[in-house]
Amino acid sequence: MARRSSLSTIKRMVGVLPEQTSVIAGSSSSTLHGSRGKATLPDLPYDYSALNPVIIPEIMELHHKKHHQTYVTNLNSFLEQLAEAEHAGDVNKMIALQSAIKFNGGGHLNHSMFWEMLCPPGSSEPPQGKLLDMIERDFGSLDTMISKFNGKTAAVQGSGWGWLGYNTESDKLVVATTANQDPLQATTGLIPLLGIDVWEHAYYLQYKNVRPDYLKEIWKVVNWNNVADRLKNASS
Amino acid sequence: MTFHHDKHHQAYVNNLNDALKPYPWLQGLSLEALNAMVGTGMLPEEIESAVRNNGGGHWNHSFFWRIMMEPTNATDGPSGELESAIVDTFGSLEGLKEEFNAKASTRFGSGWAWLIKTPTGELKVTSTPNQDNPLMPRSVVGEVGNPLLALDVWEHAYYLDYQNKRVDYINNWWNLVNWAEAERIFLESYMPYSQ
Repeated sequence: MARRSSLSTIKRMVGVLPEQTSVIAGSSSSTLHGSRGKATLPDLPYDYSALNPVIIPEIMELHHKKHHQTYVTNLNSFLEQLAEAEHAGDVNKMIALQSAIKFNGGGHLNHSMFWEMLCPPGSSEPPQGKLLDMIERDFGSLDTMISKFNGKTAAVQGSGWGWLGYNTESDKLVVATTANQDPLQATTGLIPLLGIDVWEHAYYLQYKNVRPDYLKEIWKVVNWNNVADRLKNASS
Repeated sequence: MTFHHDKHHQAYVNNLNDALKPYPWLQGLSLEALNAMVGTGMLPEEIESAVRNNGGGHWNHSFFWRIMMEPTNATDGPSGELESAIVDTFGSLEGLKEEFNAKASTRFGSGWAWLIKTPTGELKVTSTPNQDNPLMPRSVVGEVGNPLLALDVWEHAYYLDYQNKRVDYINNWWNLVNWAEAERIFLESYMPYSQ
């Protein structure tokens, strides 16, 4: 049951449209041979200018076309090397490749989710139903959750992400952060519902060093429907 | 440069001062001493992380400004003993640049690349994450030594000019290196704190 939902979560994570078959073989299994094809850069669900003025088009284009693309390209290259090493029975090499796969695979997973977790400011509807109930239950109110999220995320040292995650064991929502491109689920077990990129490339051209301003504005483009969908999948 | 100095570096200074405010006995210590205390248990637990990030950040950026100069006045490379040491260790200046550039471009996330003189007098190229530096203990950063060159590869250091093209930033940075200063440090440096 857990394995099935993790595969479908991963397909969602990489922004795969139903007809695309390219998925990175990122299930809980450690074997990556017989992978289902290469990772591909998912299209954004909107134009580069769609999140203006919260995130300017220049950032969206660089972030998607350059940064995310680089993770995809590198991930494919390292997965290929991993498959060769596995084929050759070179366990040492397989181990040596793990950090590169974590960086680039994490980068690909995280960004693929990110694009879906955001939407144009006009389409961002506040959370409701079960999602809102859980936010209010676990944080007191939406504002309190946002405050906690922003506090922790602004404090991330260097590069990383802020997350609203779901703890399947305790059935609770949690605010968490990860360093670099560490994927939330793989490193903490929490299911990512909402992630905000706080690598400087995500905001620097517009907000410069003032990460807290970026974090204040970003909530205007959060796609709560997507967050609710992820919660639904995670808690079913 | 303006943002890097007036905003980022200033923030490290402000945050470090805030962290040390309740601890007058720490305020008199040099920045080098503070950095050397990271991860040793000698700092109060509640400010350990603040000192590591902001004490590190303050030292690193101060050093960064020190070893750069206007490109029009900069020399192409080192001379004297530093040059000999570089040739001995890396084969040539190009050899050093290759290794340094590789370390700088493969540092994932935020961090720094360094040319250091180790406690045994050898030259080494290393890199550290976030605001860690080779003045911190071996248990924290692995490779320790006195920095001769440093390159900030946090995105804020290059994003406005180079965007995602970190490699271009690294290649161009060599035009700013103050080799005279690096030589001076090389000849004078010693490790004041046992590692």
